[in-house]
Amino acid sequence: MNAIYILWLRQLKRYMRSRARIITSLIQPLLFLFALGSGFRPVFREAGKGDYLQYLAPGVIAMSVMFTAVFSGIEILWDRQFGFLKETLVAPVSRLKIVFGRTLGGATVAAIQGMLMLIICLLSGVHIEHLSRLPIAVGFMFLIALFFTSIGTAIASVLEDMQGFQLITNLFVMPLFFLSNALFPMEGLRPALKAVVRINPLTYGMDGMRGAFGHAFTFGVATDAMVLGGLTFCVLALASWLFSRIQL
Amino acid sequence: MIQVTDLTKHFGSFVAVDGISFSVPPGRVFAFLGPNGAGKTTTIKMLTTILRPTSGTIRVNGFDPTTQANEVRKSFGIGFQDPSLDDNLTAEENMEFHGVLYGVPKDLRRARMEKLMQIVELWDRRKDLVKKFSGGMKRRLEIARALLHLPRIVFLDEPTIGLDPQTRNRIWGFIKQLSAEENVTVFFTTHYMEEADRVADQIAVIDHGKIVAMGSGAELKERAGKTSLEDAFIALTGHAIREEEGSSADTMRMARKMWTRR
Repeated sequence: MNAIYILWLRQLKRYMRSRARIITSLIQPLLFLFALGSGFRPVFREAGKGDYLQYLAPGVIAMSVMFTAVFSGIEILWDRQFGFLKETLVAPVSRLKIVFGRTLGGATVAAIQGMLMLIICLLSGVHIEHLSRLPIAVGFMFLIALFFTSIGTAIASVLEDMQGFQLITNLFVMPLFFLSNALFPMEGLRPALKAVVRINPLTYGMDGMRGAFGHAFTFGVATDAMVLGGLTFCVLALASWLFSRIQL
Repeated sequence: MIQVTDLTKHFGSFVAVDGISFSVPPGRVFAFLGPNGAGKTTTIKMLTTILRPTSGTIRVNGFDPTTQANEVRKSFGIGFQDPSLDDNLTAEENMEFHGVLYGVPKDLRRARMEKLMQIVELWDRRKDLVKKFSGGMKRRLEIARALLHLPRIVFLDEPTIGLDPQTRNRIWGFIKQLSAEENVTVFFTTHYMEEADRVADQIAVIDHGKIVAMGSGAELKERAGKTSLEDAFIALTGHAIREEEGSSADTMRMARKMWTRR
């Protein structure tokens, strides 16, 4: 337990000390929020779909969560390169605990980043219908964080250099983001695209968050939580297995 | 103490370590010398549970690294060849992280941290981020950290590489002091022959995966009929400059690629 805690704490301390990283990783989501949000707002309204900014906000929050989360995989590669990974891997601690500690740490950091984005959204005039549902939104934020941190860990466990990591995240994470309901509603999509969006795990996290923000749930909060939770468990299991096979 | 019998490691068709045997009694300072690619680091990796041997037996403090990894891990400390500190944590936080990871109780942890950091003269700098440290300071911190959990053995892979003579001297002073005070066995590698001659109670020379000589510095010099250990070393291992066989990690990577393609 202590080992998991100290690994978690390390991630947090590193995050708190990298102010540049905190700020720069807000820039891209902010660009999406203001450029895309303001740009499509009139069209969205014309189409009778309501306020696009309001619709987009949870998507942009999820975006900052998922990119921060996947990025924590890069820290494994850094630790490998700068030698710190050896320090943890020769310690009398099971690999499983190491993966849990790291993943929880990475997910917490990503969730904090999402929280910052949420605050910015609220300050920019996005509103939450029922404040009592805020914990649900935060819950889904953490679940999305955990899911993508596990993906980052899994990828980093099988790769040895950063270029490879960038390549794979771009090939894998970008499509997950764009082929979800983060930027546009699912209703009225062509069947092929709709099917892709439907099997995308992020869609369920998005649906949960959006529901918590006051929109209608497409699948229902229980389904959202179960699908994303179940998949998170599977990916975490896979990441643990891959991490346990790392050789120095 | 360490006991190694017929230890062998193959990477594909490459034999990195070829049936070596040796033992290090408790409390001794043991130097493990050899040219690049001779099998030193591979051997340390097998002793410290990082690599599985192809064959042979190892006992580290009476435990088998292949089946009792956790017991072995608790009983040794290691200073790696390359730095392994977290630059974005303070010296104190690096020590704390290590102590918690090794399950050292809080009071003992604090006491050990202060004692060891005093000895390596970093106590005053404990609140500084490691990235502000010089190479020598980092090495001192790594040595202090390796001893935090009261190990019976400490492995030091080239602990003084790239440091000036003053710093090297000081580091050996700390290591000798700590090993004498706490009766810790020291197993180290180095390319500085006079260092090994001066510090080690016993020396083993490994070349092409085999131990070619073992004994005290004086014995090795006498056997080779040379006055310095450096000359004796060259007489034992030849003049040829070794092409690095690639680190064992590289060899392993190649082996894995070959294996996965099949």
